[in-house]
Amino acid sequence: MTTATAPLLPAGTDPAEVVLAVRGLQVAARSDSGLMPLIEDLSFDLRRGETLAIAGESGSGKSITALACMGLLPQPAVRVTGGTIRLGDTELTGLPEARMQRIRGARIAMIFQEPMTALNPVMTIGRQLTEAIRAHEPLGLAAARTRTIEAIRAVRISQPERRLAQYPHELSGGMRQRVMIAMALALRPDVLIADEPTTALDVTVQREVLDLLRDLQRELSTAVILITHDMGVVAEMADRVIVMRRGRVVETAPTASLFAAPQDDYTRQLLAAVPRIGAGQARPAQGSPLPDGGDTLVRMTDVSVRFPVRQGVFGRLHARVHAVEKVSLDIRRGETLALVGESGCGKSTIARALVGLVPHEGRIEVGGKALADLGRAATKALRRDLQIVFQDPMAALDARMTVGELIREPLVIHGIGTPDEQRARVRDLLERVDLPALAANRYPHQFSGGQRQRICIARALALKPRLIVCDESVAALDVSIQARVLDLLRDLQAETGVSYLFISHDMAVVENISDRVAVMYLGQIVEMGSRAQVFGDPRHSYTRRLLAAVPVPDPQAPRRDMPRLTGEIPSPVWPIGAGPERKVLVDMGAGHMVAPE
Amino acid sequence: MLAYVLRRLIQSALILLGVSFITFVLLYVLPADPVRQIAGRSATPETVESIRRQLGLDQPFVVQYANYLWNLVHGDLGRSYLQKTEVAALLLSRLPATLLLMVAAIFCELLIGLTLGMIAALYRGRPLDNALMLGSFVTVSAPQFVVALLLLYVFSVRLGWFPIGGYGTAAHLVLPALTLGILGSGWYSRIMRSSMLDVMRADFIRTARAKGLGRARVVLWHALPNAILPVIAMVGIDIGMFMSGIVVVESVFGWPGIGQLAWQAIQRVDIPIIMGVTLVSATAIVIGNLIADLVAPLIDPRIRLR
Repeated sequence: MTTATAPLLPAGTDPAEVVLAVRGLQVAARSDSGLMPLIEDLSFDLRRGETLAIAGESGSGKSITALACMGLLPQPAVRVTGGTIRLGDTELTGLPEARMQRIRGARIAMIFQEPMTALNPVMTIGRQLTEAIRAHEPLGLAAARTRTIEAIRAVRISQPERRLAQYPHELSGGMRQRVMIAMALALRPDVLIADEPTTALDVTVQREVLDLLRDLQRELSTAVILITHDMGVVAEMADRVIVMRRGRVVETAPTASLFAAPQDDYTRQLLAAVPRIGAGQARPAQGSPLPDGGDTLVRMTDVSVRFPVRQGVFGRLHARVHAVEKVSLDIRRGETLALVGESGCGKSTIARALVGLVPHEGRIEVGGKALADLGRAATKALRRDLQIVFQDPMAALDARMTVGELIREPLVIHGIGTPDEQRARVRDLLERVDLPALAANRYPHQFSGGQRQRICIARALALKPRLIVCDESVAALDVSIQARVLDLLRDLQAETGVSYLFISHDMAVVENISDRVAVMYLGQIVEMGSRAQVFGDPRHSYTRRLLAAVPVPDPQAPRRDMPRLTGEIPSPVWPIGAGPERKVLVDMGAGHMVAPE
Repeated sequence: MLAYVLRRLIQSALILLGVSFITFVLLYVLPADPVRQIAGRSATPETVESIRRQLGLDQPFVVQYANYLWNLVHGDLGRSYLQKTEVAALLLSRLPATLLLMVAAIFCELLIGLTLGMIAALYRGRPLDNALMLGSFVTVSAPQFVVALLLLYVFSVRLGWFPIGGYGTAAHLVLPALTLGILGSGWYSRIMRSSMLDVMRADFIRTARAKGLGRARVVLWHALPNAILPVIAMVGIDIGMFMSGIVVVESVFGWPGIGQLAWQAIQRVDIPIIMGVTLVSATAIVIGNLIADLVAPLIDPRIRLR
């Protein structure tokens, strides 16, 4: 894909023209023990119309590189200590702020990871865009407004005039990222830096935003620096790749050759750790029961969760958000059932209903006993059997408790064993999740993200549960760490026979870990079956769309075409008495359930 | 919106009912006997009893409270024990002065507090920030009468710029308002500073800078409206604190407002006036909070009133 579609360049521009040249860049942070290097000796050239990916895991210095080019490092704590950054013939390091301001947004622009927070919540979209244009071009309000509408239209947002008056919270995540792109490209900068532009987006939305970025880049022949941890995005978007690790360049290569023949060990490990759809079959079938075998641990029958929308003087019930709508599913002993879908589809809400964090309608049975029939004591006992591991381990661990106390706490709450026995169990659990026994005396902030998630898993295991809900438990981890945590989960399942309800938006991870998969859309399950059935023979159009949208970490792979969607997801809010049409799943054979369309 | 205001007003009425009940109980169990205050030391037991009966204070508590409420809903707050005037009329005559002082003081407080807090945030960790925060600490911990007397001494006695006390012209207003303003500004500068620091770290500030906007525009257009939100909620809550300051400041400056009235009434156990002042203060707090809540969505469109 590197040369097949050469950008149509405006007349008079040299395709080999270097627009940004970085030489021997050094960035360091001030710390108690002197200067700590964040980037060491980084050099690269960026040519007009080219996409250069900077890939690496957290702490590799890829985002710092972007901020250094923008002159947005949090000075004086972090600053450039050596090297040069040349934009055309302007040297950016050491440029006075007043001159840098004129370059920022006009000649070098940036879009960020979190479209939710990257736009000012109290300003309209129109004002934020107009402001960006008027900061660099002396236009009157009317002229600026015309330019703004053009910019919004360019990123394929419908009804641009109406959008101007809207606030960021009134737009979806994908729309907000489009607005960011519109803002960044409105002044046709030479260089666009995209820092994890699609990481916070759903996979189908990611696909749309990536397509848009690529199209606009071709039209404007902008040079793009794409910063990402996702090798799938790299493979689809980049012409060349720089792999960084701990502030240093590990390898630089054209995308195709990097994937075909990685030179450095670290690159090889990184690529090997990337979960790929189709690689899931490598998982040994023994150790886990066959999808149609095993007895049922959890049975949900017509479970619904609805949240009230109140209005009026007396807070009269006005409408309901149908978060989960009459969902029925089984989880068998020792199996991993994955629940996939995009944000807002109700997958986390199901999990919360199961562990009793939100009230539900319908019937949930655990080990043959209905949740609703249990008394207070029995409910507490049942809590022992159902544990949950959340997405953000830092937020899930009390920062003021030691790891030992954190893991022991469930034992204390349920009064299991003497203090000595409890401490012995903590040591045992730490060993199980491959952490040293000494870890018990330390605090959560002293551990890395992956280690913290292991602590959360150890805590969940403390009560020997029969089911662990993993709610996006590996989503926040780097791929290499993610792979190790998934291995750990699998080993623990083989040892203890625990079942997992694995909630994820990441299709590749799901294929890697699950025995059975349920696909959710708008609060209902649209397809459910064994991993092989859902991934190998997806029947529902939504499942197909989800799978097609996943970026493939292989630049040689043919791009699966997908209809470009601009429509909004329908609203799950319904007036009282109304509701979505119930989807009744039809068995397509061998337990492959699909909602008819 | 209208439904929201209506519901809040119903809630407010319930709050005021609760306040009246608690105040009534407190005054009922008070060891000081208002009848003794009225009758004087030399009164005979018969006189005391007849005054007690006249005021209805010989009735059981429930009857007294019921009578009070009944009169209250008819707009009758009772008569002052000592001045023999209608409490409602007394309060109404004093209210404009206090409201004027309150508005002026809140204005001073916000102007000083927000400006200094914003400056401190922008100069975080530098000497200016440290000096401003030390100053805010001093104003927060200084007793009200000390600040009042200090200002009086400097600006009235020494410089002669403002009158020493009284009411009537704009010049009379400056020192009392400034006293309350300085005292309150310490809180606000601290809240504003931390709120501003949070906002300056936000992603959208980085976006604004990435657009190439100048520092002044980033601070005033992007940071300020976001940083001011928590402060607005504070103003509503703060009116309660304000009322206690007003009692002291009105006494020091001879400002003929409700605070002064309250001070005199407390000394003489003039229960109808104390009840009246308490209800007026509670109403002020309730309305202040309502206004703060109504202003918030004007600044932040994400806030929906329900």
